[in-house]
Amino acid sequence: MTAADLLRADLQLVISLVPEGSRVLDLGCGDGSLMAHLRDERGCDVRGIELAPSEIAAAIGRGLSVIQGDLDAGLRGCPDHSFDVVVLSQTIQVMRNPALVLREMLRVGKRGIITFPNFGHWRVRGYLAFKGRMPVSESIPFSWYDTPNIHHTTIKDFREFVAANGGEIEQEIPLVAGEWRREIREVRVLPNLFADTAVAVVTARQ
Amino acid sequence: MSSLNDDSDCTEAAARPPASGPQLHTLSRGLDLVSGKRLDVVEVTYETWGELDAGGTNAIYICHALTGDSHVAAGPGPGGVEKPGWWEVMVGPGKAIDTRKYFVICSNVLGGCSGTTGPGSIDPATRLPYGLTFPLVTIEDMVNVQAALLDALGVDKLLAVVGGSVGGMQALAWAKEYPDRVRTCIGVATTPRLGAQAIGFNEVGRQAILADPHFCNGDYYGKAQPEKGLAIARMVGHITYLSDESMRAKFGRRLQKREEHAFDFVTEFEVESYLSYQGQKFVERFDANTYLYMTKAMDYFDLASGFDSVAEALVGTPVRFLLLTFSSDWLFPTYQTVGLLDALRKDRAQVSFAEIPSPYGHDAFLLEPEEQRRYLEPFLDRALLEASAATPVAADGDEAQ
Repeated sequence: MTAADLLRADLQLVISLVPEGSRVLDLGCGDGSLMAHLRDERGCDVRGIELAPSEIAAAIGRGLSVIQGDLDAGLRGCPDHSFDVVVLSQTIQVMRNPALVLREMLRVGKRGIITFPNFGHWRVRGYLAFKGRMPVSESIPFSWYDTPNIHHTTIKDFREFVAANGGEIEQEIPLVAGEWRREIREVRVLPNLFADTAVAVVTARQ
Repeated sequence: MSSLNDDSDCTEAAARPPASGPQLHTLSRGLDLVSGKRLDVVEVTYETWGELDAGGTNAIYICHALTGDSHVAAGPGPGGVEKPGWWEVMVGPGKAIDTRKYFVICSNVLGGCSGTTGPGSIDPATRLPYGLTFPLVTIEDMVNVQAALLDALGVDKLLAVVGGSVGGMQALAWAKEYPDRVRTCIGVATTPRLGAQAIGFNEVGRQAILADPHFCNGDYYGKAQPEKGLAIARMVGHITYLSDESMRAKFGRRLQKREEHAFDFVTEFEVESYLSYQGQKFVERFDANTYLYMTKAMDYFDLASGFDSVAEALVGTPVRFLLLTFSSDWLFPTYQTVGLLDALRKDRAQVSFAEIPSPYGHDAFLLEPEEQRRYLEPFLDRALLEASAATPVAADGDEAQ
């Protein structure tokens, strides 16, 4: 089982949350695999923003329109409400300014879909509690000094974060990798303890 | 059994797609210019590399910049003598724009001095060179000539129109004027309109030419050329194509062939020597009047002209764009391309964009082939794939059975 397979399961869920024919903006779109799925399987009109040249080139090779941009600088150039859905997948924890990114998502899109690793997961808590060291796991495979993940959050903190930035959570789907990490399943009990990942659909608070 | 030698000969022959060498086409109906004036006789010098495929889907037009010509890739030049191309790092067999895959067309622009009708051509009315009686031409006029050439070559629709700098302006003008004849537009280090800084430098170049005692109001053909003025224009131009960083790395304050200052106005610093050499080399191959006309066309160019905004000029465009800029290019700065990008995004056009980090200033489009290839190659590959899928090739008997 590789991280890429896990990501696929995660993205499959995101895909299922995007209505057919939507206008979608994928922030930190990588090589465009999610965008290509949304275009080919759900007839979406997709656009991407990405920083890394090799990823942009890969997405261009899939016939996708990708603009090089730093999300931490906001979504300047994107008109208000110009997208039905703005996706931020496994990226918020690497942002220098997550609040700006969230506010921009709510400005540009009617809905945002955010997926993030849950730092409240029992393994993470246990790692710190019993080993007394910064957690390193399969979903958070970095040491504290070289991690790109500079803004870890828990599901509970995330709720507060969205509310504090003018948004509301329309749907929250706590997930955990299944046996042998071959699939992901929804967590029904104590999500902040048992989910290692969460997907949230957010909108601007009216 | 063929020997190893034979094999390699075969491979080499296969790897070398046909190159037309310079060809001359005369427009059948002359040309009505944007200014309202008319040129009854327009000749255009062009070259092609590779072969047009059966579906006619693989044609790429490359538009040259201020001082370029039709010889974009290596191949036979005038008299059939093999000559390097001005963008051969990007165009040729196995290059980013692979002439084994694509049918590449490049022509000298209208107003040019490398075989296409321009101020140095003979005015049929007077049988003398036009000089300054040549009408001012625009980027759109240049593109109209290219479109007429395309008709003559039997190409309905381009897979891509590609250009850097002023060539990029032409590529953008193609997308605006002929949206149904180009599938994709690749603009490198270009702009939808020049800023005051670039127009200012163009004007310095023009004034240097106009002030040359040999200029004679443009009527210098067959006499002494306004070489000093043209060389100064080129020197100024060269500075604008570089960057502080690239000049520091290339020259610093080093002196040329001396240890101490001469306390005289001779060429001392390496940068002076370089600029002087570039100026001298330039006057041997370029016409001062063309420099005036080309820079004026650059200054006039505004993608929004005739509309309220660039977004409106391109509204509903079916063309897919790839726009590239270079971080140290201060002549065609990134922010200008970003303005175009925003207009295209507002319009929901298909556009990709990247800024390539480079110390080489505006010249980077000639000097950074690998970084450009990174984006161009997959972009063109995909465009060809989609174009082939969308174009039914005339059946060769399969369907007749």
